[in-house]
Amino acid sequence: MAQALLGLNVGVFYAMLSLGLAVIFGLLNIINFAHGAMYMLGAFVALIGYTMLDDWFGISLQIGFWASLIVVPAFVGLLGIVIERTMLKRLYELDHIYGLLLTFGITLILQGLFSNYFNVSGTPYPGQPEILAGVLNLGFMYFPTYRLFAIVFSLVVCFATWYVIEHTRLGSRLRAGVENSPLTQAFGLNVPLMITLTFGFGCALAGLAGVLAAPIYSVSPLMGADLIIVVFAVVVIGGMGSIMGAILSGLALGMVEGLTKVIYPPAASTVIFFLMVLVLLFRPAGLFGKEK
Amino acid sequence: MINRALWIIMLVAGLTAPFFAYPIFVMDLLCFALFACAFNLLLGYVGLLSFGHAAFFGGAAYITGHAIKVWGFPPLVGIVTGAAFAMVLGAAFGYLAIRRQGIYFAMITLALAQIIYFMALQLPFTGGENGLQGIPRGNLLGFIDLNDSLTMYYFVFAIFLTGFCIIHRTIHSPFGEVLQAIRENEARALSLGYDVDRFKLQAFVISATMAGLAGATKAVVFQFAALTSAHWQTSGEVILMTLVGGLGTVFGPVVGALIVGALSHELGSFGSWVQVILGTIFVVCVLTFRRGIVGELERLVRK
Repeated sequence: MAQALLGLNVGVFYAMLSLGLAVIFGLLNIINFAHGAMYMLGAFVALIGYTMLDDWFGISLQIGFWASLIVVPAFVGLLGIVIERTMLKRLYELDHIYGLLLTFGITLILQGLFSNYFNVSGTPYPGQPEILAGVLNLGFMYFPTYRLFAIVFSLVVCFATWYVIEHTRLGSRLRAGVENSPLTQAFGLNVPLMITLTFGFGCALAGLAGVLAAPIYSVSPLMGADLIIVVFAVVVIGGMGSIMGAILSGLALGMVEGLTKVIYPPAASTVIFFLMVLVLLFRPAGLFGKEK
Repeated sequence: MINRALWIIMLVAGLTAPFFAYPIFVMDLLCFALFACAFNLLLGYVGLLSFGHAAFFGGAAYITGHAIKVWGFPPLVGIVTGAAFAMVLGAAFGYLAIRRQGIYFAMITLALAQIIYFMALQLPFTGGENGLQGIPRGNLLGFIDLNDSLTMYYFVFAIFLTGFCIIHRTIHSPFGEVLQAIRENEARALSLGYDVDRFKLQAFVISATMAGLAGATKAVVFQFAALTSAHWQTSGEVILMTLVGGLGTVFGPVVGALIVGALSHELGSFGSWVQVILGTIFVVCVLTFRRGIVGELERLVRK
């Protein structure tokens, strides 16, 4: 039970990242390889905002944790919008693999830039708020307050995203744009703008996950590199068809990984990939995906 | 015409290279060139983007290293063992991956390759972070001493040529024509009665085997199987080489491997900036230069 809860902690990051990938994939048909780098960027911007801004500008300027939850996703989302406007936009007519390759190139650039300035072994984020320090007594176990906050906060964000996409007017327009872009455009909706904003939003989700992860894990240039491949496996297992599929499989696989760590530790880093093999054998479209 | 010129340049350059450049460096380039040709067979001629080819390259390096060092295999048998391992691995990965298309295919191969990476990190015989060290080069056919770097160079060049010719032959055969038909229009190839999945799987296995051959040779050259060979960024690097040289051209991957390899070597002292520069080349290639160097040349000549 305790391990499942710790696993859930990893699971919410998987869920947020695969949710962002799913949202972007839904509208752009592009797998954003840079998603892991956006997550890393989120953690670094939070770290820089907390520790280095006053050094850089010579005035007392610090972005605290709470402010980071707003400022950092906005920054990462904006970067996403710039990338979409200037580069991805030119590739929509081509095979989808070019989008994957472009975002892979962007990943290399971001990783390389941060590796130049920061130690690859990682820096701790010191800005964890007082109120979230310490542990909570849950009755059956003691659990770090911050981790519980991260779980609840991420779940709220994930389900809010799901609600907006599946049950609001805005969401129905987005889904119409996915279904038939020219027709939707003929009805007077600005599909290219929707695509740009959606890409920005997906990146912002990754950035937010980065901020939330910063106080738990050490902030390092490579923190997104291996995570993104696990998230790819999560996405294959869940199936790209549904938003809910991305969230639920993310949460479930985080817990599976957490439990494997207890039962047979050496397999913890590969168990998700083996599950992916099993799912592919029996349900090639993924657990929640629809066969095309 | 341009192809014949490139053949001659490649043979002359390959035979004389060790007298102008450091042989180990040229051997490294040859291994990557073969690796890139193997990768290009899939992406350039079947339209399948495998993001997990480092698994074959690195996996074969470990198996070859172990076979030579611990089991005492002679070098050639060791290399063949490594390539055979890559062939089996390729059959298994290919069988799983061809169930999905396009970017899913890329994601699945990437995830499968990560299993091999973690195995290379954790299995008892691989040496973990340090890699598998101290692989003896031994004697070729029992009497040719491979510790001499010039001899070793021509051995590697022969392996490269063999692999290159196998890939060349595959592309320019009726089998290769079917592969290109699948790339152009899979549904049409299917309706013409071709068993598309079987063709894709066969191409995948050939490509994996040749990637394994390259990795196995590299292990013998450096007497060392490194963890980075199996890392997914190596898969990315081979994609970059193919893209720079020219997707779907016979010589493109060779040219690309030379350029990217030489570039990484020259920029080695800049540390992580190499990654930034390679990433930038990647972005520029995808945005403006999708034919690659050889592809652009061919287009110019055709005009």
